[in-house]
Amino acid sequence: MATVDMSILDKIKGQPAGDKKAKRKLCLVASKGSLDMAYPPMILANAARMSGIDVDIFFTFWGLDIITKSKMNNINISAVGNPSFSMAPYAPWFKIPTWLGALPGMSWVATWMMNREIAKLDFPPIPEFMEMLVDTGARVFGCQMSMDMMGLDEDDLMDGAEVLGAMEFMEMSADAQVVFV
Amino acid sequence: MTLTINPEVLEGIEFDEEGFMVDADDWTPTIGETIAAILELDLTERHWDVINFVRQEYADKGEAPTLRRITKVGGIPTKELYQLFPDGPAKIAAKVSGLAKPTGCI
Repeated sequence: MATVDMSILDKIKGQPAGDKKAKRKLCLVASKGSLDMAYPPMILANAARMSGIDVDIFFTFWGLDIITKSKMNNINISAVGNPSFSMAPYAPWFKIPTWLGALPGMSWVATWMMNREIAKLDFPPIPEFMEMLVDTGARVFGCQMSMDMMGLDEDDLMDGAEVLGAMEFMEMSADAQVVFV
Repeated sequence: MTLTINPEVLEGIEFDEEGFMVDADDWTPTIGETIAAILELDLTERHWDVINFVRQEYADKGEAPTLRRITKVGGIPTKELYQLFPDGPAKIAAKVSGLAKPTGCI
């Protein structure tokens, strides 16, 4: 009879014997509608789902653009007001001053460049990324109040998104870790 | 669902602290089945499509493919991938396929 260290079984299971951990849950609040701030919540949500963690994402204020059908294809980066804004990765030493970023077309160029770098890393564009997240089982919600303010209803949101009030979000996130982006 | 686990199969196989195989070349389909059984995962033909693709990618490139590559190139839709490995396809598929913990973000 071969001898096998039975603790291997617990190691593979990833938890001590008899200790059935409660499933970890993450709630992300996505409040920004610029390209550079749209990716962090999506990437975190995806990483969580890849690790088997439950994820709810609550899109509020400008973050709603990420799941609004008419806007999600056209999320831009602003070329002004960001002290870290540079020509990275081509010329990271060249910081773009606000006056230069304010020139017509700068935002378009910056958006085009960043989208190209994102694609190089094999991250999908925002609409495809959001569809993928819904497919992974992440739940996607639009903030009721922000939608009222912007004159949007559920039909304006991508397939799979639901509308939720802030109070309901509190209930939903009661047993979750909450991250505000 | 009753899965039989034969721990003898794992004799001499080294695992890291998180239960990933240390040497991916020690892997055999029988070991994969045993790891799956320990994880209470009943392997279907579709699971094997994923495992075989992952192993093939590892053989070709020396590293596990990203989930995005499994869906795009391996042809397993995202939804199905998560149904097959509900506890997190990245880690679980790597574990069952005998590969190290994946480090990719996508």
